Amino acid sequence: MPPGKSLFDKVWDLHAVRELPTGQTQLLIGLHLIHEVTSPQAFAMLREAGLSVRFPRRTFATVDHIIPTDSQIRPLSDNLAEAMMVELERNCREHDIALFDTPSGHQGVVHVIGPELGLTQPGMTIACGDSHTSTHGAFGAIAFGIGTSQVRDVLATQCLTMARPGVRRIDVTGKLGGGVYSKDVALAIIRRLGVKGGVGFAYEYGGDVVDAMTLEERLTLCNMSIEGGARVGYVNPDETTFDYLAGREYAPRGEAWDRAVAFWRDIATDADAPYDDRVSLAGAEIEPSVTWGINPGQNCGVNERLPRVEDMPDDERASVEEAYAFMELRPGEPLAGTAVDVAFIGSCTNGRISDLREAARVAKRGKVAAGVRALVVPGSQAVAREAEAEGLDEVFRSAGFEWREPGCSMCLAMNPDKLVGREICASSSNRNFKGRQGSPTGRTLLMSPAMVAAAAIKGCVTDVREVL
Amino acid sequence: MANEKRIDGFTGRAAVLRGADIDTDRIIPARFMRCVTFDGLGEYAFHDDRAQAKGDHPLDDERYEGASILVAGDNFGCGSSREHAPQALMRTGFRAFIAGSFAEIFAGNCTALGLPCVTLEAGDLASLMESVELDPSQEVAIDIEARQVRCKAGTFEAGIRDGTRQQLLEGTWDATAVLLEAGATIETAAERVPYLNGFTG
Repeated sequence: MPPGKSLFDKVWDLHAVRELPTGQTQLLIGLHLIHEVTSPQAFAMLREAGLSVRFPRRTFATVDHIIPTDSQIRPLSDNLAEAMMVELERNCREHDIALFDTPSGHQGVVHVIGPELGLTQPGMTIACGDSHTSTHGAFGAIAFGIGTSQVRDVLATQCLTMARPGVRRIDVTGKLGGGVYSKDVALAIIRRLGVKGGVGFAYEYGGDVVDAMTLEERLTLCNMSIEGGARVGYVNPDETTFDYLAGREYAPRGEAWDRAVAFWRDIATDADAPYDDRVSLAGAEIEPSVTWGINPGQNCGVNERLPRVEDMPDDERASVEEAYAFMELRPGEPLAGTAVDVAFIGSCTNGRISDLREAARVAKRGKVAAGVRALVVPGSQAVAREAEAEGLDEVFRSAGFEWREPGCSMCLAMNPDKLVGREICASSSNRNFKGRQGSPTGRTLLMSPAMVAAAAIKGCVTDVREVL
Repeated sequence: MANEKRIDGFTGRAAVLRGADIDTDRIIPARFMRCVTFDGLGEYAFHDDRAQAKGDHPLDDERYEGASILVAGDNFGCGSSREHAPQALMRTGFRAFIAGSFAEIFAGNCTALGLPCVTLEAGDLASLMESVELDPSQEVAIDIEARQVRCKAGTFEAGIRDGTRQQLLEGTWDATAVLLEAGATIETAAERVPYLNGFTG
């Protein structure tokens, strides 16, 4: 009998249109998601080449990066943002592409709406002009970010030229402690394997901790794959996946549902599948984690003392020194107690209903500390409706948080939500790069949404286990 | 086919940008992406890093004026998939990149624009950087065919993925035409994918 195959290889083989003379694969893309920032130039290239959209029913659009989260009334006050909205609307209209804009009631961060609408399904190949497309791997899909020229390729041909990566299995064993979340698992993996450790690999996440995760927790985990250098991260589909999908708008129904579940079970990794690499982490050793540097790998447990430069590997020392200089943090001291100016809860990493529920549990224990600006930005209109139905908006408001409209907001600050000057932000987003949150000198501390809420009410980085 | 697009190498003067993990937010901060074309992005390349360096940034170093190869450290171009990053660098005059390693999406975006990215082993990269810093007027040659980088300090073995190398050598890096060649095979492939057919059959 031939050896088993990984989900990655099964999905890849199913979507291989042909092998190219270069040795690369022409890969069919089952689901294409677009947004206003990385698509307008692709449509322009298409127009210039006189090409049309090959499979318009397999591309779906939304607006997320540039949309303000205070007032979304059109025309937007930022002329440049308004022009991008108009361009997306025109492109979708001209090419007959479904657009989930604000009046649709389905608008939101692209990696939040794909899953919640049931567009994202196991066994798919999914591409989007956004690096956090890896998020969708939580369903057992092969999902990856692409650039604008590749957006053009998918529009024109529904295909991409790709080289097959290796597959690294990452097992997270045992159980997580209280107050430890999927975000902490993601940060622990990146700390262990480094921010470029995943280059050339797709990550398959498994083990007891991942098996026990909800679908939304798996979305957070897969979302951060790219921060570890892996363009693709996925979890094999199981009952959790099927339960999540059942009844969603674009999920199959009736007999088609039964056939779909059979296909999804079949596409999962075989028990005897070989991997190119294997790594294991013990869930019990993972602490609530916070970044101290300028890339997501530079993180540690909230009570841990920050590493000394001389204890770091030679090739990381320059980067660590640069990080300490920029962050104005000191080696040998813990992050707990570091004062914050801003608290941001939201993003494609942690802007889902379960994230808001966990943050609200903490917010109930206090009021936003004096001098702290705290924002809660639901990941989508659907998340906002659900949160409002549960009264979470009131919990946040009465604790002194601002309750905003859906969008990418302060994760990347292409919209009015930005840090100012040297502000320090406790953030549930995914990148602590220099300048990422809109102020060139602003500082970001990545952590779980519950930890952000704890930082907001204490005014400083706080171990969420002391608040819960 | 597409012979005029064949790229077997690139020769030019180089600029050295030290430091690992230079992300695409640093190459082009997000606020400059509020646009519907790539035109004009060049002036914002490394905008915030340059402002903070107050003139002491390789892109503002007159010794590097006219450089068309950027030499960088490990994991260059990590983070966001924004093609705006290589577009901005291309529009400031860079036509090729040499680094310790590249983030995958950035390297893919460069290939799609016909901008070669090659890697060097740590020791060779250090020698190249030192050599270029000492004499920025020298020509640095990237040879895709021979997988080499040549400069005053010597000839170094350069890394590039086989598929990417072939795309450059064959002039098929602009993928649309190649993908279109598959013709109706694309629709045939779609027919065997269950979810594209409502899970019928």
